[in-house]
Amino acid sequence: MKKVGNHKSFSKIFFSLAFMLTFSLSVFSQDAAVGGDPAKGKALFNSQCAACHKLDGKATGPALRGVADKYEKEWLYKWIKNSADLIKSGDALAVKVFEENGKVPMTAFPQLSNADIDDILAYTSEVPAEKPVVVADGASTSSDSGTGISNNVILGALALVLGMLVVMLFLVNNVLTKIAKANGIEVEPKEKAVPIWVAFARNHFLVLVSAIAFLLVAAYFAYGWMMQIGVDQGYAPVQPIHYSHKIHAGDNGIDCKYCHSAARVSKHSNIPSLNVCMNCHKNINEVAETTATPEYSKAFYDGEIQKLYDAVGWDPATQSYTGKTQPVKWVRIHNLPDHVYFSHAQHVTVAGVDCQKCHGPVEEMEIMQQHAPLTMGWCINCHRETNVKVEDNEYYKKIHEELSKKYGVKQLTAAQMGGLECGKCHY
Amino acid sequence: MASNKKYWKSVEELNENSSIVETLRNNEFVEQIPVDEFLGDKDSLASGSTSRRDFLKYVGFSTAAASLAACEGPVVKSIPYVVQPEEIIPGVADYYATTIADGFDFANILIKSREGRPIKVENNNLEGSRTGANARVHASVLSLYDSLRLKKSKISGKEAEWSEVNAKVKASLEDAKATGGQVVVLTNTMASPSTDALITNLQAQYPTVKHVVYDAVSESNALDAFESVYGVRGLAGYDFSKADVIVSIGADILGDWQGGGYDAGYAKGRIPKNGKMSKHIQIEANMSLAGANADKRIPLTVAQQKQALVKIYNVVTGAAVGTSTIEKYDAEVMKAAQQLKAAAGKGVLVTGLDDVDAQLLVLAINTALSSEAFNPSATKLTRKGNAKAVAQLVTDMNAGSVHTLIMSGVNPVYTLANSKQFVDGLKKVKLSVAFSMKEDETASLTTIAAAAPHYLESWGDVMMERGHYSVMQPTIRPLFDTKQLQEAILSWTETATSYYDYLKAFAASNINGKSWNQVVHDGFSVSEVSSLSAGAIDASTSASKLAQAKSAGLDLVLYTKTGMGDGQQANNPWLQEFPDPITRASWDNYLTVSKKDAEKLGLENWNVANGGLNGSYATLKVGNTTLSKVPVIIQPGQAVGTVGLAFGYGKTAGLKKEMQVGVNAYTLYTNLNSNQSVTVTKEEGEHEFACVQLQKTLMGRGDIIKETTLEIFNTKDAADWNIVPVVSLDHKETPAKEVDLWTAFDRSIGHHFNLSIDLNACTGCGACVIACHAENNVPVVGKSEVRRSRDMHWLRIDRYYSSQDTFDQDVVVKNNAKGLSDSISTLTAMEDPAENPQVAFQPVMCQHCNHAPCETVCPVAATSHGKEGQNHMAYNRCVGTRYCANNCPYKVRRFNWFLYNKNSEFDYHMNDDLGRMVINPDVNVRSRGVMEKCSMCIQMTQATKLKAKREGRLVKDGEFQTACSAACTSGAMVFGDVNDKESQVAKLAEDDRMYHLLEHIGTKPNVFYHVKVRNVK
Repeated sequence: MKKVGNHKSFSKIFFSLAFMLTFSLSVFSQDAAVGGDPAKGKALFNSQCAACHKLDGKATGPALRGVADKYEKEWLYKWIKNSADLIKSGDALAVKVFEENGKVPMTAFPQLSNADIDDILAYTSEVPAEKPVVVADGASTSSDSGTGISNNVILGALALVLGMLVVMLFLVNNVLTKIAKANGIEVEPKEKAVPIWVAFARNHFLVLVSAIAFLLVAAYFAYGWMMQIGVDQGYAPVQPIHYSHKIHAGDNGIDCKYCHSAARVSKHSNIPSLNVCMNCHKNINEVAETTATPEYSKAFYDGEIQKLYDAVGWDPATQSYTGKTQPVKWVRIHNLPDHVYFSHAQHVTVAGVDCQKCHGPVEEMEIMQQHAPLTMGWCINCHRETNVKVEDNEYYKKIHEELSKKYGVKQLTAAQMGGLECGKCHY
Repeated sequence: MASNKKYWKSVEELNENSSIVETLRNNEFVEQIPVDEFLGDKDSLASGSTSRRDFLKYVGFSTAAASLAACEGPVVKSIPYVVQPEEIIPGVADYYATTIADGFDFANILIKSREGRPIKVENNNLEGSRTGANARVHASVLSLYDSLRLKKSKISGKEAEWSEVNAKVKASLEDAKATGGQVVVLTNTMASPSTDALITNLQAQYPTVKHVVYDAVSESNALDAFESVYGVRGLAGYDFSKADVIVSIGADILGDWQGGGYDAGYAKGRIPKNGKMSKHIQIEANMSLAGANADKRIPLTVAQQKQALVKIYNVVTGAAVGTSTIEKYDAEVMKAAQQLKAAAGKGVLVTGLDDVDAQLLVLAINTALSSEAFNPSATKLTRKGNAKAVAQLVTDMNAGSVHTLIMSGVNPVYTLANSKQFVDGLKKVKLSVAFSMKEDETASLTTIAAAAPHYLESWGDVMMERGHYSVMQPTIRPLFDTKQLQEAILSWTETATSYYDYLKAFAASNINGKSWNQVVHDGFSVSEVSSLSAGAIDASTSASKLAQAKSAGLDLVLYTKTGMGDGQQANNPWLQEFPDPITRASWDNYLTVSKKDAEKLGLENWNVANGGLNGSYATLKVGNTTLSKVPVIIQPGQAVGTVGLAFGYGKTAGLKKEMQVGVNAYTLYTNLNSNQSVTVTKEEGEHEFACVQLQKTLMGRGDIIKETTLEIFNTKDAADWNIVPVVSLDHKETPAKEVDLWTAFDRSIGHHFNLSIDLNACTGCGACVIACHAENNVPVVGKSEVRRSRDMHWLRIDRYYSSQDTFDQDVVVKNNAKGLSDSISTLTAMEDPAENPQVAFQPVMCQHCNHAPCETVCPVAATSHGKEGQNHMAYNRCVGTRYCANNCPYKVRRFNWFLYNKNSEFDYHMNDDLGRMVINPDVNVRSRGVMEKCSMCIQMTQATKLKAKREGRLVKDGEFQTACSAACTSGAMVFGDVNDKESQVAKLAEDDRMYHLLEHIGTKPNVFYHVKVRNVK
């Protein structure tokens, strides 16, 4: 998911007018109150404050937009540098703020100078800039469809020309016959030929051959169709939570094995437990405006994050776990039959195969789907083509040296190493 | 509920004499059904367009349409943890050290846990751990998932919360304190110092509390004897690896004698090294595992055994207590005595005679020998039961002087011979509580049935031996609403700590300064102990008392079977189906009778047409107790004048119907003495056994189990006693090893797995069979299927008897048979085992032949060979022709005749969700119509390789294991990579004793055996 809180770059047009107005009203006072560099402030905010605060919306700490208007600057300096001291000293406002925010003590930041704090406050006082209204991607779409139409036009024109040619030939033929008749030339009526299908039916040999050919072709297709049974390539079921690999692995570049950590050591590449999601989603409770697509709105994605919170029992309002959990029943996409033993650890850790090799461009998949057919032929083919990764692996050193000499090759394939034996996968 | 309401369908019904109602009552339809309209018109029927053919077409179409419509894949749901525990990675096994202590079996073990489920028991191989896991311990993980467990406590049959239970007990304790009534805590041997301390706390608060320890299978006499000499209630420790001569009188040292666990030490001395191995003489009545493994076995009645003991005493100490001669075997007993004396410190004598004098005498003799193997200071504390105290308790209960009875881990209603008196007494007890995992015979009669956890759900500590402190840790959260006795006591004494905290604090004084975490990790902690000083033993009085022993009729020797033990795991299908190592019968207990006595009593065994073994029934009478319908098995080696019967069967409460097999031998266990005088009479009817081995003898085929004597082994060339079979090649005798029908595959590169089985070290204990069961999801098929020889065990332990006195003589007899008629009569005679035969065990699993006959006949190439030596089996490819099984010379392939999981016809653990939790997720569960067999635990070798690859290193020797080799505590099975020349298995493969099973057929197996060497002289 894209970083949230960066409200400087809104990309979408639908922004309610009322919402904008509310903000623009407060702008006037803010500018007067703060003197600092919002750009520096942004950097500081992201490095120091963002772990607990957001500009708009409650995280561990309260939302900070417009905080400079609410409190005295001097008071804020003291509070930020050491809130605990301020509370201890009995400052009524400090105690109030402390209690309002669930008595969560705020980390002291003695290292921040007043100027730094000014910068941060300048940043928090910034009005979310209005985004230049982007005209919908109409241009690109129309050009796309334009090429489509032009092709059709050309084809249509060609068809028209050919059709006209046929008509013309027919007409010419008619005209010539008429002329001949008019000139008294007897046009010999064509001997009525035996229709081709009758001829065909009379030729037993041809019938036999074509019947055999037909049966063979039918068998070929029937076989092909039958072999598709149980092969769920492209299977993309609807999941209880719309989890987008595109956003996580693609846009944000999270490593596959950050979440699917068991793939390194286990036969299973685990479906991550929900506490792994919460490593990030404790702080990320909404997506950026930029994440939304015409197909999936921001509200939709935020709703999906809320589903995660419901499942894991996280109350974003109080920033605490309720203890009420509801395990998520994901629909399993890659279903190997029971009689196949597949080990992720062998392929991921030992062989160093990219996840994408079998799972496809996951980082582009909005909805996860089965990329490979996962048939035995597909497995075996790869074993035949892939060399064993022997570099820096003491285990393979001796066996690879001896075996490659025996086979007279430089690099052994997985098949030559024994990767085609039945018992290696079926037990 | 009674009601006067009258329901009516119409107003007319209210009119009493309505003709309409009357008509309707007789005629369901008011109008005539117009059947004629559509059946009466023959013409239209004849001209009807729907013919029979059309009908079939429609049926065909709709079937096809329905099946096509059903071609949609199922939706599989996957539910991850909400918060994943740090130590759990899906797909990776965790191991936890813990200790089993169920009152009968005690062992330091590791628990393999997948996704939080314990799925297998492994041995704890840390230096200093005690007692390898036996078959029952391996199977105990399945008892955790027993669907008939008591899921919630009950008060008078109604489910109750723990708060109610504790309040009720507490009130009763207070009442007992006020009225001075006796409170008895009756437990099995827990050997738990912290529990003892808790009971002492309870006693401090309630002075009338008494603790009685009751072992269902009692060692009370041995304990009394040891206590009188050494002052500690325990049993002497023995280390058979230090003995050169072992003489055992009625002690099954490889079975459950003194709680078992001696096979590792015993086997160490049995492997010939530098021309030496121990000599084992077994004097006994029943054929036991120890007897089967002995170099010399002398079958004697109980009285004769006592005489023999006195004779040995005379020889060793030079005393002259008068004894009567032992018929037939007198010289052999004297010879054994001489050998024992000659061995002096290197000799050891043990006994299992249930007699204080006999036990005292053994202590005296071992002391006189100054036997190195005998170590009373390493006292075993895993048996503490007191027969007298139990008898007193029953008396007290009947006298009405027991106010409250709290039981834990015991089932006296089932296990006491005077169970009826106990039940009567129970009625006079004001409050009785039974902490039990099952609603068993006792728990269903007590006021409160308190749901107790399995040991894998409990904390605890166990002092198995003086100075050896083990910790039991839970490996799964309690599956049900259960609480341990210890927690309950803490609540009764109003101690505000959990048992875990109490234990942790308590353990500090026992763990020798180690950290608690370290001890929990290791599973135990060992500290030095002072040696015990021996008191005086009045051996001569004991000896003269013993010398008076005389047989009165038949001796009944009650024993425990390797599979069932004391019977507390009777609802465990793995154990029920486990074939007894000696009789090879499963799903039963039976009276073992010698052939002579059987003839005398008219008892018989015979095989019926389908091969199943049938036997007569007998009625047993001990004192006034009769036990009827006892099936009879004629047991070679059973001492004439004795019969044997195993405990643990005939249970009815808390058991699935299929498991309610056998007869209850405890009813004959009068005064908790395993030696009883009995009268046996034949009864009508015939019993159907589920016996997996019908061929009893080896028929002189010395090439199957090769064996030799220590003398020949030491003096002659290997070629003389380990004869390599020869075949004819180009009309020349060529060693079978060198003849190849196929081009051999080069296996010198990479791993090449071999399994070595030393027939000298294998005791036949069967731990490997159950370990294989657990690791490979082998299904349980039930008694009637086993009887049809459809057992699914991937690993069997063949047991052979000699038909002459020794196997060597068998070979001679067979070779001497000349001509057709002589051969037929000789061979027929050889099918009968000798009266006191030699016995040999041979574990047989798939031999993983490099030239496998099964592979060449499979029409679909479902079974194929791997480069690393394993014979693979692709279940999904198998179409079930069974050609492979027919072509297998070792008969190790098993066919799934039925679907054994999720099938109510086979209502064992794989038929319920709870029982299926034990299934190993790394091994496929096979379906119907598929052949299966030992895979050499390829899932384990693959996992080991993967681990090495991930860590970028070579595999170390000993890392490669199979379930059976890992379970083998005696060291008989060694698995590894023979291409690693430094590995143990590679060295064993080069050993002189190495041979392959049926070598002459040229299958070139990857399993090899070591010639059995017997120390007979």
